[in-house]
Order: sequence, then C-alpha cells, then structure tokens
Amino acid sequence: MPRPGFVLDVDRSTPPMLFWRGENFSLERLPADRSRVIYPPEPLAGIEDVDGAIRNALLNPMDAEPLPTLLKPDMKLTICFDDASLSLPKMRQPDTRQRIIEAVLEMAAAAGVDDVHLIAALGLHRRMHDYELKHVLGDRIFDAFHPRGTLYQHDAEDYDNLAVIGETEEGEILEINKRVAESDLVVYANVNQVAMDGGWKSITTGVASYRCLSFHHNPKTLQNTRSLMDRHHSDLHKSLWRMGKVLRDSGPQVFTVETTLNTDTFPKPFDFLAKREWEWNAKDRATYLATQKSLSAMPVKARRKVMHNIESPYKMTSVQAGFTPTVHEETLKNVYAQHLVDVEGQTDILTMGIPYICPYNPEGIMNPILVMCMGLGYLFNMYRGKPLVREGGVIIMTHPTYPDFNPVHHPSYIDFFEEVLPDSTNPAVMSEKWEKKYAEDEWYRHLYRTGNAYHGVHPFYAWYWGAHGQQHASKVIIVGGDAATVRRLGFTPASTMNDAFEIASDVVGRSPSITHLHVPSVLVADVK
Amino acid sequence: MASSHIKRAQRLAGTAERAVSRVTTPLRNFGFPYRIPTVPRGVEVPPEVTGLGAHYDTEWARRPLASGVRGIITEGPIRLAARVLANPEVAGLDRLSDLMRMEDPPPVIFAPTHHSHFDTGVMIRSIPTVWRRQLVIAAAADYFFDKKWKSAISALSLNAVPIDRESAGRTSSDLLSGLIADGCSLVIYPEGGRSPDGWGQSFKGGAAFLSSKTLTPVVPVFIEGTGAIFGKGMKRPKPGNTKVVFGSALSPLEGESTRRFNARIEAAVTVLGDEAITDYWSARQRAARGMSPVLTGPEYTSWRRDWDLADRRKLGAAGKRRRQKRTWPDLG
Repeated sequence: MPRPGFVLDVDRSTPPMLFWRGENFSLERLPADRSRVIYPPEPLAGIEDVDGAIRNALLNPMDAEPLPTLLKPDMKLTICFDDASLSLPKMRQPDTRQRIIEAVLEMAAAAGVDDVHLIAALGLHRRMHDYELKHVLGDRIFDAFHPRGTLYQHDAEDYDNLAVIGETEEGEILEINKRVAESDLVVYANVNQVAMDGGWKSITTGVASYRCLSFHHNPKTLQNTRSLMDRHHSDLHKSLWRMGKVLRDSGPQVFTVETTLNTDTFPKPFDFLAKREWEWNAKDRATYLATQKSLSAMPVKARRKVMHNIESPYKMTSVQAGFTPTVHEETLKNVYAQHLVDVEGQTDILTMGIPYICPYNPEGIMNPILVMCMGLGYLFNMYRGKPLVREGGVIIMTHPTYPDFNPVHHPSYIDFFEEVLPDSTNPAVMSEKWEKKYAEDEWYRHLYRTGNAYHGVHPFYAWYWGAHGQQHASKVIIVGGDAATVRRLGFTPASTMNDAFEIASDVVGRSPSITHLHVPSVLVADVK
Repeated sequence: MASSHIKRAQRLAGTAERAVSRVTTPLRNFGFPYRIPTVPRGVEVPPEVTGLGAHYDTEWARRPLASGVRGIITEGPIRLAARVLANPEVAGLDRLSDLMRMEDPPPVIFAPTHHSHFDTGVMIRSIPTVWRRQLVIAAAADYFFDKKWKSAISALSLNAVPIDRESAGRTSSDLLSGLIADGCSLVIYPEGGRSPDGWGQSFKGGAAFLSSKTLTPVVPVFIEGTGAIFGKGMKRPKPGNTKVVFGSALSPLEGESTRRFNARIEAAVTVLGDEAITDYWSARQRAARGMSPVLTGPEYTSWRRDWDLADRRKLGAAGKRRRQKRTWPDLG
C-alpha cells in the first residue's frame, strides 16, 4: 500500500534534504524548528492489463458512443497525440500513446476506415525528431504511416492548412489544423502527467495557430491563473474551455482518451531520488555519493547525456475515454489521487531544487529562461488553494543556471536572453514591446516550420508561465547559479543555501518559516 | 621453403593412411562376430531400446555445469553466427513488455515459423534475456536425437528436448509440461519441421495443446528471411538479413478447444508475416478484411509457386525500411 504524501517538520535529527541542481543534486541542511518539507505520495499501483483497460475504455466511453460505432468506412479519421513534452522524463517503451493509438487503429481497421491521419499536437513546440516520434509511437506505427505522409506534425504557421472554427463570447478566435477541422472524428491520445494537462487544452493548443494561442498565452491571463494545476481557478483554462465549447458546437466530433501515470519516475540506480532521506540504506547512500561525484567530475555535455537518457518506469494508473469535459473531470480525480498533499498555511520562504528537465527541453539544454519557467512557472504553481509561499515571500531555487542554449531547439531564446531580458524582465512590458517582433520573425518561422526549433514567440510564453510567481514573490534567489546570468533574469545569486537565507532575511526577517518542495516526485500542495 | 613443408606433410599423410589400411583391411574380411549378424529369413528382430529419439534423457543438460557451458556456447558462437550470417532485426518486443517487466516473468511458449536450422540461432539471439536464461527448444526426436553424438550436442548447446513428430505420445508432452512447470520457456515450431519449399506449412496443435495444458501464454513469432539463408536442401549458408517479429502473447479463452486456439495462433502469425513484409497498418487492414496473405502460399503448384515465393522474398528485403524523404513545406 503506497504511503500518502506528508509534511515533515524539520528538527535537529532531520538529515539534510535532497535538492536538484540541474543535472546533479546536493544535500542541504534546513534550519531546525522553523522548516518543513513536503514529501510527495508514493507511486500508486499501476494497471496490470493496460491494453485491456484501454480497450475497455474505448468500448465503454463516458458520455459518448463506443468508439467502434463511431467508425465508418468512408470517414476521415484523425488521431492527435501529445508531443515529446510529455512525459518527463520520457517513459520507457511502449509509450501510453502507442498503446492507445494501436488500440484505436485495430478498431479502425476492423471498421474498414482507410483515411487515417496521425498528427503530433505540437502547438508552438519544436518538431519532434524521427527518433522521438518512434519512441512515442513505436516502430510499427511510424513505419506504417510516416512513409505514406499520413503521420506528421502540426504546423501553427501553415495558414493554408489552418481553419477558423468560430469565436468565443469573449472574442477569442479558435483556429485549428484544417485536417482536424474537416475530420469526421478526431481521437486525441493524452498523457496527463499533471493536472494542467488534458481536457480542451490538448486540442485547442496542440493543433492551434499562433493567433489562437495568443488569446490566452499572455501575461494578463497567466497572472490570473491561480494555479495552472487547478483548472477551476485558472484563467488560462477558462479561456481554453470557452474555445472548447466553440469546438464542440461548430467543430469536428472529438473522442478524448486520457491516461494518468503514477510517480515511479526514476529507474535503478537513480531510484534513491524518490526515497525519503532517512530511509536511504547503505546502498542508496553509496549510489548517491557515486552518482553525485561522477556527475560532478563529468563535463556538462556528458552529464546532460546521462540524465536525458533516463527512461522512466511510469505505470498507467487510469484510462478514460469519451466526451472531453466528462473524461477530464475523471482524469483530474485520478491525477489528484496521486499528487495531492494537504498543507497547513503558507510560508515565508519556499525552497525548491530545479531539475535538468522541463517540458520545453526534452533532449536539450535547460537554458536560463527555462530555469525561470520551471521554478516560477511549474514548481511554484504546484498548489491548489493558495500558493505555498506567502505574497511578498522569497523563493530560493538551486540550479547552476549556465548561459547555455541549444541553438537548434531554442534559437529565439538566445536573442531573447541577449536582447529582451536586458531591456525588461516585466512580462507586460516585453509583451507590449517585443513579442510581435519575435512572433513574426521570418527566420524563426522558417526554423520552426522546417527544423526542430521552438516558435519564435516561445521564450515569451515560457517567461509568461512564471508571471504569477514573479508577481507574487518579492525576491527570487538562485543558489549555485552563474551570477551574471542570474542577475540577467532579475534574480539574486547566492553561493550557498545559508547565504541565500541571509539574503532573504532582508525581506522576511531573521526567523522566517521555510518550506521545501521535495522533488522528485511531482506533488500538488493543497494549501489550506 | 613452403613447398618442402607441403611435401613433408603429404608424405606423413600417406604413411598414416597406409598404416590405418593395414589394420582395417583384414577386419573387413572377418565376418560375425566381428561384424553385425545377418538376420535369418522369417525372423523379426525386436526393436532395440537405445535411449535415443523421444526417449533420450536430457536431464543432464540442465545441470549447472552443462548450463554454464551452454551459456558460453549460446552467448558466444551461436549469437555471433546468428549476427554474422542472419543479421536479425527484431520487432514487436514492446508487445511483451508487460510480461517482461513483471517481478517474476512467467514462462512463455514461443511459436515461430520454421524455414531453416538457423531459426533456432536467430530465436536465441532475439528472445529477451528474462526468458533466454531458461529456454528449452523442442527439437524433432527423429532428426536431432537419432544418434548419441547428435543428441548430446543438441541437448548441450541448445538445451533441446526431443519431441516426437511421428506419434502423439505422452512422453514429449509430459516432459515439456514438466519443464514449463519448472519455469522454463519453450520454443516450439508449430509447423513441425522446416519448410520443404520456402512457403509455410499448416500449424500442428503442439503449442496450443501445451498452452491449454499448462495455462502458459503463447507468443506468436514470424521469422522472415532464414529460408533464403539456409533453407531446407541448401548445402551451405548464404549470409543475408532476417527480421523477427514478435506478436502479443495469446492465452486460450475459456472453453476454447485446442484446434480453435491453434487456428488463432496461426492467424496471429499470418498477420505478423504480413506485417514483416509490409507494415503494421496495411497488415491490420488486410487482417480485418480477411485478406492476409496465407503462410502456406498460393494453392497452385509447380513453378508458379516458386515464382511467387521469389516475389515475396523480394518484398521482404525491400520492406525492411522504407523511409520517406523528409518533406519540406513550400514556403512560397
């Protein structure tokens, strides 16, 4: 029986806590009697017969006809699936999406459907490399559909292949992939790793145009998203749900398949990362020391290679299919069952270790903008109710924050770092002054459409993702980061955790309460 | 210098041959009891119990020492030979991932197609380690266990156990059931022997029967290409490429007869065969329409059958990887 998550009050006998530091980690001692650590729940048991569960979900959907009855021989069937930003780290094969799509294809073959297209729902993310597509879909699907040109990736800049579905009451225009718009049935295969994923968000962002995304990916909406992990209090999700209504009324029929994963994130020998520190046995301690020292001795490139090669042994905990909103409500229950931890009250200082990966650098470099996005965008938003840190509090992150960028994946990030950040770190200002230039830049557009680059506007969106956290905290400190880079981000550098607490005391006094968000694994703090 | 060595070797060989001839020539002139007795007319000689064939006891080959030796043979020369001569490309192992990743993976029965002696080497190379460690090969008793030396080599190097192809005796099935109960996985060729003409043969019910008896899942496997490398009747192997496609594990349904289950296994292998030379989606579509190309080939005989076989083999080699060139969008 997996143990639920809990809040540990730190005392003098509490061992030092594990902090991510990019591609490495460290153990940091937290002040006794005023610190607490939020531990995630242990991984729930996975479904034993995954293929059977998927088939059962397709045959007994929620608020929809069974999939085989929706399939007709002369129909246009489009299967959309999440891109490489999920799961993190990538799950070992076979991926959940492969299993879902194979089950759908079996039924489509039995129904005699010939016109089938598979579309990677990238939104403005980078195109996946072929090996990534093969990892997600498996060799069989890739070899069958890719050579025919019926497996491809969404292009949000291909205006000949985009179609306007309609407009919401708030004037937001829903513009999506033309093939999706003209399909008789769209099946969406989701991986719902966190509560933010899935629902109408998948299709209304994954196969949408830049114009459509700009209605909700902006500083105002994201500052009023409280939080990304709480759909009912998120302006982003409210906008997406309005678009979903337009899609439901005027678009193609959508059959959603959502799956939830447990938090069994790291395989051996990295499994000690998910253990509670006082439960580390001699082997775990030896593995930690060996891994930490070896990673420290390696060049950064080799370190990244080691970490990005990790494939997670995630197990599927639930699968549900049918009408999107109904399915998503059930999915949320299952996601929260894995992630929620009850927490009493807010804190003065929130500490968090920033790992080597976030949704925007699978197989790539975690550049400084993504460090901000991961810390203030994702980890800060891992709450329901109230943020873990009080308004005006301090956030302390640990990460080396090198000024390193992947020029293939993140070309516009480099210019954003050199040109935009020295001018302003205020999301509203940069949105007004710079966003249009980057979004419409022909070179970035070319790299996005033909290479493996994120869209030119993407660094802005990554920055806006942290807008709520940036507005909420009065100071952000990065421990162990490159000082000049950290300052460029508008944050304060510190060499050690004690230095960071000293710096924070200017804002929160000499005896602040401290809360450490223990990652891995993922958790959502239900703050009362 | 080299020629003088050759001449000396020739002289020595000649001397040895003459010495052997001096000893054996008189023996050939001797009759009974130095030679096998002749049998009088009208007398029936009772069959000699030799301990060969289906009765060969392979227990010794599963003891630790023999297992250790076999480990070296299979991981070394057999896997190397399979790599060098057959270069197998393995597909579909992800279909077995749930079984493989269980804490204690259960034994399974692999049911591959059979076109060549190389099939066993290719299977040994392709089967995941969790099952390879305790893998037993069901080998024809009348072919691999008809001589003591052949029996010993088969049992030691492949962990082969004899299976009686000529009569449906209980000896083989009891032995195999016992081994499965002990945790061994099994490779059994449901066609009963190598293909005589390059096309497949109808499946016999051995795998289905054992699965129903022991409640062990059957993994259908299609091996493409070994027939062209060292098919029946070929004198020497001709190196080439092969593809091994694993299917999802099948278990007998409640109340399903062995005959029906066997037909289901054959159908699964047929679809895998189509998948091996075309692609997954085309194979599924044809299977749904009941139009999968049958393993046993066309009904007609003579040269037209061989002609079609050549076509299929071409398709197999060409179908290995057909990548579309990257399509660049027209940016006007």
